[in-house]
Amino acid sequence: MLHLILFLVFGAICVAGAVNLLVQRHPINGALSLVVVMGSLAAEYLLLGAEFVAAVQVIVYAGAIMVLFVFVIMLLNAGVEERTTGSRVALLFGVPGMLIGSLLIAWVLISRSGTEAVAVGALPGPPRIMGWLLFHEFLLPFEVTSILVLIAIMGAVVLAAKPPSTAPTPRED
Amino acid sequence: MVPLSYYLVLSGILFACGVTGFLIKRNIISIFMSIELMLNGVNLSFVAFAAHWHALSGQIFVFFVMVVAAAEATVGLAIIIAVYRTRETLNVDQVNLLKL
Repeated sequence: MLHLILFLVFGAICVAGAVNLLVQRHPINGALSLVVVMGSLAAEYLLLGAEFVAAVQVIVYAGAIMVLFVFVIMLLNAGVEERTTGSRVALLFGVPGMLIGSLLIAWVLISRSGTEAVAVGALPGPPRIMGWLLFHEFLLPFEVTSILVLIAIMGAVVLAAKPPSTAPTPRED
Repeated sequence: MVPLSYYLVLSGILFACGVTGFLIKRNIISIFMSIELMLNGVNLSFVAFAAHWHALSGQIFVFFVMVVAAAEATVGLAIIIAVYRTRETLNVDQVNLLKL
């Protein structure tokens, strides 16, 4: 019962943050609501017993990636975005269609799938077992991702570096 | 005890919010944040299924998704900086040419 209440509370916070991301017009407000979404998702991961994933979610997502976002927003001095009026067809058919479709999917998932309850803590994902899996079964993907991150770092440096000016600056002396 | 379907519905809601933001936003940074929201929704369903099937591989996959998302964020934000440097705008409607 307590787990259900916690799930509902954090799920409500999560959805509220996601909707706020859609409503807000300034990118910095969107970034902060995305931090709220990620923090409450970390709580959901804890409810599912995934401790390692929850910690990584807070550290990498809510920490590193969002700091990067906020940094770029401030660097580029992003202001309030202007809205374009969407097409009328999208409003007439898209919104009701999406609503009906999502309600249908939710109804099928809840009523027909016959899912069992997920016991909280039934599957502990402590960092020790996760590390063992990462360095035994998933060693090759792990090493490949390290190369991927290295390439990403170099690509970011090359892309964001100032382009060399065509006219060389004259020497001072 | 929370049924698996609740987690899946929450994950679907997050993914739908991400898709909607991707479609209605005009600021390139907001569009990028909507993509991150979609990735988070998918991660939640990964973890829920991992708990449901008692398989830790799902959580490992979430770890890899996070690594790829971090790499994608760095490269994407660098591209955004490069675009802003040449176009002086963040509105995607005005960025309709690959080459100036």
